[in-house]
Amino acid sequence: MFEWFGKVNFSPYTKVGDFAGFLKDGYLKGSRCRACGFKTFPPRADCPQCLSGEFDFVDYSGRGRLHTYTRIAAAPNGFEDVAPYTIGVVDLEEGGRCLAWFGSTIREEEIKIGMELQVVPRIFEEIEKIKVSYSLEKPGTKWGRRHADA
Amino acid sequence: MTRVGVIGIGHGIFGRRSDATVQELAFEAFREALADAGIERKEIDASVIGSVPEYHKQRSLAGVVQEYLNLNPAPTWLTEVACASGSAAMRTAWMGIKSGVHQIVAVIGCQKMTELSTPEILALMGRVGEVQWESIFGTTFPGYYAMFAHSHMHAFGTTRRQLAEVAVKNHSYGALNPKALFRKEITVEKALESEPVASPLHVYDCCANADGAACVILASEDRARAHGRKVVWLDGVGCATASMSVLRRPNLYSLPSAVEAAQQAYRMAEVGPRDVQVAEVHDCFSIAEIMAYEDLGFCEKGQGGRYIEERKSYIGGGGVAVNVDGGLKAKGHPIGATGVSMAVEIVKQLRGAAEARQVPDARVGLTHNVGGIGQYTFVHVYRKD
Repeated sequence: MFEWFGKVNFSPYTKVGDFAGFLKDGYLKGSRCRACGFKTFPPRADCPQCLSGEFDFVDYSGRGRLHTYTRIAAAPNGFEDVAPYTIGVVDLEEGGRCLAWFGSTIREEEIKIGMELQVVPRIFEEIEKIKVSYSLEKPGTKWGRRHADA
Repeated sequence: MTRVGVIGIGHGIFGRRSDATVQELAFEAFREALADAGIERKEIDASVIGSVPEYHKQRSLAGVVQEYLNLNPAPTWLTEVACASGSAAMRTAWMGIKSGVHQIVAVIGCQKMTELSTPEILALMGRVGEVQWESIFGTTFPGYYAMFAHSHMHAFGTTRRQLAEVAVKNHSYGALNPKALFRKEITVEKALESEPVASPLHVYDCCANADGAACVILASEDRARAHGRKVVWLDGVGCATASMSVLRRPNLYSLPSAVEAAQQAYRMAEVGPRDVQVAEVHDCFSIAEIMAYEDLGFCEKGQGGRYIEERKSYIGGGGVAVNVDGGLKAKGHPIGATGVSMAVEIVKQLRGAAEARQVPDARVGLTHNVGGIGQYTFVHVYRKD
Protein backbone atom coordinates (compact mmCIF):
# COMPACT_ATOMS: atom_id res chain seq x y z
CA MET A 1 0.00 0.00 0.00
CA PHE A 2 3.04 2.31 0.09
CA GLU A 3 2.23 3.36 -3.48
CA TRP A 4 -0.55 5.48 -1.89
CA PHE A 5 2.09 7.73 -0.32
CA GLY A 6 2.94 11.00 -2.11
CA LYS A 7 1.80 12.87 -5.18
CA VAL A 8 4.35 10.93 -7.22
CA ASN A 9 5.58 7.71 -5.61
CA PHE A 10 8.98 6.26 -6.55
CA SER A 11 9.19 3.28 -4.16
CA PRO A 12 5.93 1.28 -3.90
CA TYR A 13 7.49 -1.73 -2.18
CA THR A 14 8.99 -1.46 1.30
CA LYS A 15 8.99 -3.33 4.62
CA VAL A 16 7.31 -0.29 6.20
CA GLY A 17 4.47 -0.24 3.65
CA ASP A 18 1.77 -0.23 6.36
CA PHE A 19 2.85 3.35 7.15
CA ALA A 20 0.61 4.55 4.30
CA GLY A 21 -2.40 2.62 5.64
CA PHE A 22 -1.97 4.17 9.07
CA LEU A 23 -1.68 7.58 7.45
CA LYS A 24 -4.96 6.99 5.59
CA ASP A 25 -6.61 6.30 8.96
CA GLY A 26 -5.17 9.51 10.40
CA TYR A 27 -2.19 8.08 12.28
CA LEU A 28 1.39 9.25 11.94
CA LYS A 29 3.73 6.37 12.78
CA GLY A 30 7.42 6.11 13.46
CA SER A 31 9.29 2.91 14.21
CA ARG A 32 10.78 1.40 17.38
CA CYS A 33 13.31 -1.42 17.31
CA ARG A 34 12.05 -4.42 19.34
CA ALA A 35 15.59 -5.37 20.35
CA CYS A 36 17.21 -2.08 21.44
CA GLY A 37 14.31 0.39 21.49
CA PHE A 38 15.79 2.78 18.88
CA LYS A 39 12.96 5.08 17.83
CA THR A 40 12.91 7.11 14.65
CA PHE A 41 10.98 8.91 11.95
CA PRO A 42 10.65 8.19 9.07
CA PRO A 43 10.12 4.59 10.18
CA ARG A 44 12.64 1.94 9.19
CA ALA A 45 12.37 -1.83 9.35
CA ASP A 46 16.02 -2.54 10.04
CA CYS A 47 17.72 -1.05 13.07
CA PRO A 48 20.81 1.00 12.13
CA GLN A 49 22.22 0.56 15.63
CA CYS A 50 21.76 -3.11 16.61
CA LEU A 51 20.94 -4.57 13.15
CA SER A 52 17.68 -6.16 14.33
CA GLY A 53 14.97 -6.55 11.69
CA GLU A 54 12.15 -6.65 14.27
CA PHE A 55 10.25 -3.42 14.79
CA ASP A 56 6.92 -1.96 15.86
CA PHE A 57 5.10 1.07 14.51
CA VAL A 58 4.68 3.67 17.25
CA ASP A 59 2.43 6.73 17.41
CA TYR A 60 3.98 10.10 16.69
CA SER A 61 2.25 13.24 17.89
CA GLY A 62 3.51 15.13 14.83
CA ARG A 63 4.62 18.05 16.99
CA GLY A 64 7.91 19.65 16.04
CA ARG A 65 9.90 22.72 15.10
CA LEU A 66 10.95 23.99 11.70
CA HIS A 67 14.61 23.18 10.97
CA THR A 68 14.83 24.74 7.50
CA TYR A 69 12.70 25.37 4.41
CA THR A 70 12.60 26.52 0.80
CA ARG A 71 9.99 27.78 -1.63
CA ILE A 72 10.49 25.93 -4.90
CA ALA A 73 9.73 27.92 -8.05
CA ALA A 74 11.46 25.71 -10.64
CA ALA A 75 9.64 22.39 -10.25
CA PRO A 76 10.65 18.95 -11.53
CA ASN A 77 8.60 16.67 -13.78
CA GLY A 78 5.28 15.72 -12.18
CA PHE A 79 5.11 18.78 -9.92
CA GLU A 80 4.77 21.66 -12.39
CA ASP A 81 1.01 21.92 -11.69
CA VAL A 82 1.52 22.65 -7.97
CA ALA A 83 4.51 25.04 -8.24
CA PRO A 84 5.45 27.19 -6.48
CA TYR A 85 5.31 25.16 -3.29
CA THR A 86 7.12 25.42 0.05
CA ILE A 87 8.94 22.49 1.63
CA GLY A 88 10.00 22.35 5.26
CA VAL A 89 12.19 20.03 7.32
CA VAL A 90 10.87 19.57 10.84
CA ASP A 91 12.65 18.30 13.96
CA LEU A 92 10.05 16.06 15.56
CA GLU A 93 9.44 16.15 19.31
CA GLU A 94 9.69 12.34 19.59
CA GLY A 95 12.89 12.10 17.54
CA GLY A 96 13.73 12.05 13.85
CA ARG A 97 12.80 14.54 11.15
CA CYS A 98 10.11 14.93 8.56
CA LEU A 99 10.12 16.68 5.18
CA ALA A 100 6.79 17.92 3.82
CA TRP A 101 4.82 20.70 2.16
CA PHE A 102 3.38 23.54 4.18
CA GLY A 103 -0.41 23.37 4.36
CA SER A 104 -3.08 26.04 4.16
CA THR A 105 -3.06 27.02 7.85
CA ILE A 106 0.28 28.82 7.51
CA ARG A 107 0.90 31.89 5.36
CA GLU A 108 4.19 32.15 3.49
CA GLU A 109 5.30 35.27 5.38
CA GLU A 110 4.75 33.53 8.74
CA ILE A 111 7.36 30.86 8.03
CA LYS A 112 10.37 31.13 10.36
CA ILE A 113 13.08 28.65 11.32
CA GLY A 114 12.38 27.42 14.85
CA MET A 115 8.60 27.93 14.64
CA GLU A 116 6.35 25.26 16.17
CA LEU A 117 4.54 23.05 13.68
CA GLN A 118 2.11 20.16 13.56
CA VAL A 119 2.58 17.38 11.00
CA VAL A 120 -0.93 16.42 9.85
CA PRO A 121 -1.92 13.29 7.87
CA ARG A 122 -3.72 14.12 4.62
CA ILE A 123 -5.73 12.32 1.99
CA PHE A 124 -5.76 13.88 -1.47
CA GLU A 125 -9.54 13.73 -1.91
CA GLU A 126 -9.64 15.17 -5.39
CA ILE A 127 -7.74 12.20 -6.82
CA GLU A 128 -9.73 9.02 -7.60
CA LYS A 129 -7.11 6.50 -6.52
CA ILE A 130 -6.03 6.57 -2.88
CA LYS A 131 -3.28 9.12 -2.28
CA VAL A 132 -2.05 10.00 1.19
CA SER A 133 0.47 12.46 2.49
CA TYR A 134 1.13 14.80 5.39
CA SER A 135 1.47 18.54 5.60
CA LEU A 136 2.97 21.10 7.98
CA GLU A 137 0.31 23.08 9.82
CA LYS A 138 -0.23 25.39 12.79
CA PRO A 139 -0.03 23.69 16.21
CA GLY A 140 -3.47 22.50 17.29
CA THR A 141 -4.73 21.86 13.77
CA LYS A 142 -7.33 19.03 13.88
CA TRP A 143 -7.58 16.33 11.27
CA GLY A 144 -9.51 13.25 10.13
CA ARG A 145 -11.53 10.57 11.86
CA ARG A 146 -9.05 10.08 14.67
CA HIS A 147 -9.66 13.56 16.00
CA ALA A 148 -13.39 13.54 15.29
CA ASP A 149 -13.71 10.40 17.48
CA ALA A 150 -11.65 11.84 20.30
CA MET B 1 56.05 5.23 -0.39
CA THR B 2 55.81 5.93 -4.10
CA ARG B 3 54.07 9.12 -5.20
CA VAL B 4 51.59 9.63 -8.02
CA GLY B 5 52.22 12.49 -10.42
CA VAL B 6 50.24 14.32 -13.06
CA ILE B 7 52.07 14.26 -16.40
CA GLY B 8 49.35 15.47 -18.76
CA ILE B 9 46.22 17.62 -18.71
CA GLY B 10 43.51 18.33 -21.28
CA HIS B 11 40.23 20.24 -21.19
CA GLY B 12 37.44 20.62 -23.74
CA ILE B 13 35.11 23.58 -24.12
CA PHE B 14 32.19 23.40 -21.67
CA GLY B 15 28.70 24.41 -22.79
CA ARG B 16 25.75 23.29 -24.85
CA ARG B 17 27.67 21.02 -27.19
CA SER B 18 25.04 20.06 -29.74
CA ASP B 19 27.93 19.40 -32.13
CA ALA B 20 29.30 16.32 -30.37
CA THR B 21 28.58 12.96 -28.75
CA VAL B 22 29.96 12.21 -25.31
CA GLN B 23 32.84 10.13 -26.69
CA GLU B 24 33.69 12.93 -29.11
CA LEU B 25 33.86 15.31 -26.14
CA ALA B 26 36.10 12.82 -24.31
CA PHE B 27 38.37 12.66 -27.36
CA GLU B 28 38.99 16.44 -27.34
CA ALA B 29 40.20 16.38 -23.75
CA PHE B 30 42.19 13.18 -24.19
CA ARG B 31 44.00 14.40 -27.34
CA GLU B 32 45.07 17.56 -25.51
CA ALA B 33 46.25 15.63 -22.45
CA LEU B 34 48.22 13.13 -24.53
CA ALA B 35 49.95 15.94 -26.41
CA ASP B 36 50.65 17.72 -23.12
CA ALA B 37 52.18 14.55 -21.62
CA GLY B 38 54.16 13.89 -24.76
CA ILE B 39 53.79 10.14 -24.43
CA GLU B 40 52.65 7.41 -26.81
CA ARG B 41 49.10 6.17 -26.48
CA LYS B 42 50.36 2.59 -25.95
CA GLU B 43 52.11 3.67 -22.74
CA ILE B 44 48.72 4.18 -21.10
CA ASP B 45 47.93 0.90 -19.37
CA ALA B 46 44.41 1.71 -18.10
CA SER B 47 41.74 4.39 -18.17
CA VAL B 48 39.09 5.36 -15.65
CA ILE B 49 35.97 7.16 -16.82
CA GLY B 50 34.08 9.49 -14.47
CA SER B 51 30.50 10.00 -15.61
CA VAL B 52 26.90 9.69 -14.47
CA PRO B 53 25.20 7.12 -16.69
CA GLU B 54 21.54 8.22 -16.33
CA TYR B 55 22.10 11.20 -18.63
CA HIS B 56 23.24 9.15 -21.60
CA LYS B 57 21.33 6.91 -23.97
CA GLN B 58 24.54 4.89 -24.48
CA ARG B 59 24.74 2.08 -21.97
CA SER B 60 28.09 1.26 -20.33
CA LEU B 61 29.89 4.42 -21.38
CA ALA B 62 33.45 3.37 -20.50
CA GLY B 63 33.47 0.88 -23.36
CA VAL B 64 32.48 3.34 -26.04
CA VAL B 65 34.98 5.95 -24.82
CA GLN B 66 37.80 3.40 -24.66
CA GLU B 67 37.12 2.31 -28.24
CA TYR B 68 36.79 5.87 -29.59
CA LEU B 69 40.11 6.82 -27.97
CA ASN B 70 41.65 3.69 -29.51
CA LEU B 71 42.82 2.48 -26.12
CA ASN B 72 41.70 -1.16 -26.50
CA PRO B 73 42.75 -3.64 -25.16
CA ALA B 74 43.83 -1.66 -22.04
CA PRO B 75 41.34 -2.02 -19.17
CA THR B 76 38.75 0.63 -18.38
CA TRP B 77 35.93 1.12 -15.92
CA LEU B 78 33.39 3.74 -14.90
CA THR B 79 33.09 5.45 -11.52
CA GLU B 80 29.80 6.99 -10.38
CA VAL B 81 29.13 9.08 -7.27
CA ALA B 82 26.86 11.76 -8.77
CA CYS B 83 28.65 15.12 -9.25
CA ALA B 84 31.87 13.72 -7.73
CA SER B 85 32.23 10.95 -10.32
CA GLY B 86 35.30 12.63 -11.83
CA SER B 87 37.14 12.71 -8.49
CA ALA B 88 36.18 9.09 -7.84
CA ALA B 89 37.90 8.31 -11.15
CA MET B 90 40.98 10.24 -9.95
CA ARG B 91 40.99 8.32 -6.68
CA THR B 92 40.67 4.88 -8.28
CA ALA B 93 43.41 5.72 -10.80
CA TRP B 94 45.62 6.88 -7.89
CA MET B 95 44.85 3.62 -6.04
CA GLY B 96 45.68 1.57 -9.13
CA ILE B 97 49.07 3.24 -9.46
CA LYS B 98 49.85 3.16 -5.74
CA SER B 99 49.11 -0.56 -5.66
CA GLY B 100 51.57 -1.16 -8.46
CA VAL B 101 48.96 -2.70 -10.76
CA HIS B 102 49.17 0.21 -13.22
CA GLN B 103 51.93 2.64 -14.21
CA ILE B 104 50.21 5.26 -16.37
CA VAL B 105 46.45 5.84 -16.20
CA ALA B 106 44.27 8.22 -18.19
CA VAL B 107 41.44 9.70 -16.13
CA ILE B 108 38.62 11.02 -18.27
CA GLY B 109 35.61 12.88 -16.91
CA CYS B 110 32.91 13.36 -19.53
CA GLN B 111 29.23 14.19 -19.56
CA LYS B 112 26.49 15.08 -22.00
CA MET B 113 23.60 16.69 -20.11
CA THR B 114 21.77 18.95 -22.50
CA GLU B 115 20.01 16.19 -24.40
CA LEU B 116 17.54 16.18 -21.47
CA SER B 117 15.13 19.06 -20.76
CA THR B 118 15.53 21.22 -17.64
CA PRO B 119 12.45 19.73 -15.86
CA GLU B 120 13.79 16.23 -16.66
CA ILE B 121 17.17 17.17 -15.18
CA LEU B 122 15.47 18.77 -12.14
CA ALA B 123 13.54 15.54 -11.57
CA LEU B 124 16.61 13.34 -12.05
CA MET B 125 18.82 15.48 -9.81
CA GLY B 126 16.12 15.90 -7.17
CA ARG B 127 16.13 12.14 -6.77
CA VAL B 128 19.59 12.37 -5.22
CA GLY B 129 17.59 13.04 -2.07
CA GLU B 130 15.92 9.94 -0.69
CA VAL B 131 13.10 8.99 -3.04
CA GLN B 132 11.06 7.13 -0.42
CA TRP B 133 10.47 10.07 1.94
CA GLU B 134 11.61 13.25 0.16
CA SER B 135 11.27 13.21 -3.64
CA ILE B 136 7.53 12.59 -3.29
CA PHE B 137 7.28 16.26 -2.27
CA GLY B 138 8.96 17.49 -5.44
CA THR B 139 12.38 18.17 -3.92
CA THR B 140 14.97 19.51 -6.35
CA PHE B 141 18.73 19.81 -6.25
CA PRO B 142 18.61 23.62 -5.90
CA GLY B 143 15.89 23.05 -3.29
CA TYR B 144 18.24 21.05 -1.06
CA TYR B 145 21.03 23.63 -1.26
CA ALA B 146 18.40 26.32 -0.68
CA MET B 147 17.53 24.60 2.60
CA PHE B 148 21.25 24.58 3.51
CA ALA B 149 21.33 28.30 2.68
CA HIS B 150 18.36 29.14 4.92
CA SER B 151 19.92 27.11 7.71
CA HIS B 152 23.29 28.87 7.27
CA MET B 153 21.64 32.30 7.19
CA HIS B 154 19.68 31.49 10.34
CA ALA B 155 22.70 30.12 12.23
CA PHE B 156 25.34 32.68 11.16
CA GLY B 157 23.59 35.70 9.67
CA THR B 158 24.82 35.00 6.15
CA THR B 159 23.09 37.27 3.63
CA ARG B 160 21.75 36.93 0.10
CA ARG B 161 24.20 39.63 -0.90
CA GLN B 162 27.12 37.53 0.32
CA LEU B 163 25.78 34.60 -1.71
CA ALA B 164 25.59 36.86 -4.76
CA GLU B 165 29.20 37.97 -4.21
CA VAL B 166 30.30 34.37 -4.84
CA ALA B 167 28.62 34.44 -8.25
CA VAL B 168 30.19 37.82 -9.05
CA LYS B 169 33.69 36.52 -8.27
CA ASN B 170 33.28 33.31 -10.23
CA HIS B 171 31.86 35.09 -13.27
CA SER B 172 34.77 37.55 -13.16
CA TYR B 173 37.21 34.63 -13.45
CA GLY B 174 35.04 32.73 -15.94
CA ALA B 175 35.43 35.74 -18.22
CA LEU B 176 39.17 34.94 -18.33
CA ASN B 177 38.75 31.23 -19.10
CA PRO B 178 38.45 30.35 -22.81
CA LYS B 179 36.98 26.92 -21.90
CA ALA B 180 34.16 28.36 -19.75
CA LEU B 181 30.46 28.35 -20.59
CA PHE B 182 29.79 31.90 -19.32
CA ARG B 183 32.50 34.40 -20.18
CA LYS B 184 31.07 37.66 -18.95
CA GLU B 185 31.14 39.56 -15.69
CA ILE B 186 27.98 40.20 -13.69
CA THR B 187 27.05 42.65 -10.93
CA VAL B 188 25.70 41.93 -7.46
CA GLU B 189 22.49 43.75 -8.40
CA LYS B 190 21.98 41.56 -11.45
CA ALA B 191 22.47 38.42 -9.33
CA LEU B 192 20.12 39.64 -6.59
CA GLU B 193 17.38 40.58 -9.06
CA SER B 194 17.48 37.36 -11.12
CA GLU B 195 14.53 34.95 -11.15
CA PRO B 196 13.92 32.85 -8.01
CA VAL B 197 14.68 29.12 -8.32
CA ALA B 198 14.25 27.88 -4.75
CA SER B 199 14.28 30.53 -2.02
CA PRO B 200 16.71 32.03 -1.08
CA LEU B 201 18.54 30.94 -4.25
CA HIS B 202 18.02 32.75 -7.53
CA VAL B 203 19.25 31.92 -11.03
CA TYR B 204 22.69 33.46 -10.45
CA ASP B 205 23.19 31.41 -7.30
CA CYS B 206 23.03 28.25 -9.43
CA CYS B 207 25.55 26.68 -11.78
CA ALA B 208 24.45 25.63 -15.25
CA ASN B 209 24.02 22.17 -16.69
CA ALA B 210 26.58 21.67 -19.44
CA ASP B 211 28.30 19.21 -21.73
CA GLY B 212 32.03 18.72 -21.58
CA ALA B 213 35.08 16.64 -20.82
CA ALA B 214 38.45 16.90 -19.08
CA CYS B 215 41.39 14.52 -18.90
CA VAL B 216 44.33 14.01 -16.56
CA ILE B 217 47.14 11.50 -17.12
CA LEU B 218 48.57 10.11 -13.89
CA ALA B 219 51.85 8.22 -13.59
CA SER B 220 53.82 6.34 -10.96
CA GLU B 221 56.74 8.24 -9.40
CA ASP B 222 59.35 6.40 -11.49
CA ARG B 223 57.54 6.98 -14.75
CA ALA B 224 56.75 10.59 -13.86
CA ARG B 225 60.39 11.39 -13.01
CA ALA B 226 61.65 9.58 -16.12
CA HIS B 227 59.28 11.77 -18.09
CA GLY B 228 61.61 14.69 -17.49
CA ARG B 229 59.42 17.75 -17.14
CA LYS B 230 58.15 19.36 -13.97
CA VAL B 231 55.60 17.12 -12.30
CA VAL B 232 52.66 18.09 -10.08
CA TRP B 233 52.07 15.45 -7.41
CA LEU B 234 48.75 14.20 -6.09
CA ASP B 235 49.95 13.81 -2.51
CA GLY B 236 46.76 13.76 -0.48
CA VAL B 237 43.49 12.01 -1.21
CA GLY B 238 40.53 12.21 1.16
CA CYS B 239 37.08 10.79 0.70
CA ALA B 240 34.10 10.52 3.01
CA THR B 241 30.34 10.10 2.95
CA ALA B 242 27.31 11.48 4.79
CA SER B 243 23.71 10.33 5.02
CA MET B 244 21.69 10.25 1.81
CA SER B 245 18.81 11.96 3.57
CA VAL B 246 18.75 15.49 4.98
CA LEU B 247 16.54 13.99 7.68
CA ARG B 248 19.57 12.27 9.19
CA ARG B 249 22.31 14.94 9.06
CA PRO B 250 23.65 16.44 12.29
CA ASN B 251 23.04 19.94 10.87
CA LEU B 252 22.18 21.53 7.53
CA TYR B 253 24.81 24.27 7.36
CA SER B 254 27.91 22.13 6.79
CA LEU B 255 28.81 19.00 4.83
CA PRO B 256 30.28 16.52 7.32
CA SER B 257 31.72 14.47 4.44
CA ALA B 258 33.72 17.50 3.31
CA VAL B 259 35.11 18.16 6.78
CA GLU B 260 36.23 14.55 7.12
CA ALA B 261 37.63 14.26 3.56
CA ALA B 262 39.62 17.48 4.03
CA GLN B 263 41.18 16.26 7.26
CA GLN B 264 42.22 12.99 5.58
CA ALA B 265 43.75 14.78 2.59
CA TYR B 266 45.62 17.36 4.69
CA ARG B 267 46.98 14.61 6.93
CA MET B 268 48.17 12.48 4.03
CA ALA B 269 49.82 15.41 2.25
CA GLU B 270 51.22 16.73 5.55
CA VAL B 271 49.83 20.22 4.97
CA GLY B 272 47.10 22.34 6.53
CA PRO B 273 44.60 24.83 5.14
CA ARG B 274 47.09 27.69 5.67
CA ASP B 275 49.55 26.05 3.30
CA VAL B 276 47.08 26.15 0.37
CA GLN B 277 47.32 29.02 -2.11
CA VAL B 278 44.70 27.95 -4.65
CA ALA B 279 41.58 25.78 -4.46
CA GLU B 280 38.87 24.53 -6.74
CA VAL B 281 35.72 24.02 -4.70
CA HIS B 282 32.34 22.59 -5.60
CA ASP B 283 30.24 25.74 -6.10
CA CYS B 284 27.19 24.05 -7.64
CA PHE B 285 25.33 26.78 -5.71
CA SER B 286 26.69 29.95 -4.14
CA ILE B 287 26.01 28.65 -0.62
CA ALA B 288 28.08 25.55 -1.42
CA GLU B 289 31.21 27.68 -1.92
CA ILE B 290 30.60 29.50 1.37
CA MET B 291 30.20 26.18 3.21
CA ALA B 292 33.36 24.91 1.46
CA TYR B 293 35.49 27.81 2.83
CA GLU B 294 34.44 26.69 6.29
CA ASP B 295 34.49 22.92 5.83
CA LEU B 296 38.01 23.12 4.35
CA GLY B 297 39.23 25.31 7.21
CA PHE B 298 39.99 28.41 5.13
CA CYS B 299 37.98 30.30 7.77
CA GLU B 300 36.08 29.57 10.96
CA LYS B 301 32.65 27.94 10.81
CA GLY B 302 30.06 30.62 10.10
CA GLN B 303 32.59 33.11 8.67
CA GLY B 304 32.22 32.02 5.02
CA GLY B 305 29.93 34.91 4.15
CA ARG B 306 32.48 37.42 5.47
CA TYR B 307 35.29 35.59 3.66
CA ILE B 308 33.77 36.41 0.27
CA GLU B 309 32.51 39.82 1.36
CA GLU B 310 36.09 40.76 2.30
CA ARG B 311 37.26 39.36 -1.07
CA LYS B 312 39.66 36.94 0.61
CA SER B 313 38.98 34.26 -2.00
CA TYR B 314 40.03 36.54 -4.88
CA ILE B 315 43.56 36.33 -6.28
CA GLY B 316 45.67 38.50 -3.99
CA GLY B 317 42.83 38.77 -1.47
CA GLY B 318 44.88 37.49 1.43
CA GLY B 319 43.17 34.11 1.73
CA VAL B 320 43.00 31.06 -0.51
CA ALA B 321 42.19 31.99 -4.14
CA VAL B 322 39.09 29.95 -4.95
CA ASN B 323 37.63 28.91 -8.30
CA VAL B 324 39.79 31.18 -10.38
CA ASP B 325 38.77 29.28 -13.53
CA GLY B 326 35.16 30.42 -12.99
CA GLY B 327 34.10 27.44 -10.89
CA LEU B 328 31.08 25.34 -11.68
CA LYS B 329 29.13 28.58 -11.65
CA ALA B 330 30.67 30.22 -14.71
CA LYS B 331 32.61 27.35 -16.28
CA GLY B 332 29.55 25.09 -16.35
CA HIS B 333 29.01 21.77 -14.57
CA PRO B 334 29.07 18.69 -16.81
CA ILE B 335 28.76 16.57 -13.71
CA GLY B 336 31.10 13.66 -14.55
CA ALA B 337 33.75 16.00 -15.98
CA THR B 338 33.82 18.48 -13.09
CA GLY B 339 36.18 16.66 -10.71
CA VAL B 340 38.74 16.14 -13.48
CA SER B 341 38.32 19.73 -14.67
CA MET B 342 39.18 20.91 -11.15
CA ALA B 343 42.39 18.83 -11.24
CA VAL B 344 43.32 20.31 -14.63
CA GLU B 345 43.05 23.86 -13.25
CA ILE B 346 45.09 23.12 -10.13
CA VAL B 347 47.86 21.50 -12.17
CA LYS B 348 47.87 24.52 -14.49
CA GLN B 349 48.14 26.81 -11.47
CA LEU B 350 51.00 24.84 -9.89
CA ARG B 351 52.83 24.79 -13.22
CA GLY B 352 52.47 28.58 -13.32
CA ALA B 353 50.69 28.29 -16.66
CA ALA B 354 47.31 29.83 -15.83
CA GLU B 355 48.09 33.15 -17.57
CA ALA B 356 45.64 35.97 -16.75
CA ARG B 357 44.20 34.07 -13.81
CA GLN B 358 47.49 32.81 -12.35
CA VAL B 359 47.68 32.75 -8.56
CA PRO B 360 51.17 34.10 -7.69
CA ASP B 361 53.59 31.58 -6.17
CA ALA B 362 51.08 28.69 -6.07
CA ARG B 363 52.82 25.70 -4.50
CA VAL B 364 49.98 23.76 -2.87
CA GLY B 365 46.55 23.39 -4.50
CA LEU B 366 43.39 21.61 -3.51
CA THR B 367 40.23 20.26 -5.15
CA HIS B 368 36.94 19.79 -3.27
CA ASN B 369 34.38 17.85 -5.28
CA VAL B 370 30.98 17.05 -3.80
CA GLY B 371 28.63 14.34 -4.97
CA GLY B 372 24.92 14.99 -4.56
CA ILE B 373 24.10 17.10 -1.55
CA GLY B 374 27.25 16.04 0.31
CA GLN B 375 26.62 12.31 0.36
CA TYR B 376 30.13 11.97 -1.09
CA THR B 377 33.05 14.40 -0.90
CA PHE B 378 36.54 14.00 -2.35
CA VAL B 379 39.31 16.40 -1.33
CA HIS B 380 42.62 16.11 -3.18
CA VAL B 381 45.82 17.98 -2.35
CA TYR B 382 48.42 18.68 -5.06
CA ARG B 383 52.00 19.86 -4.63
CA LYS B 384 54.83 20.72 -6.96
CA ASP B 385 58.48 19.84 -6.47
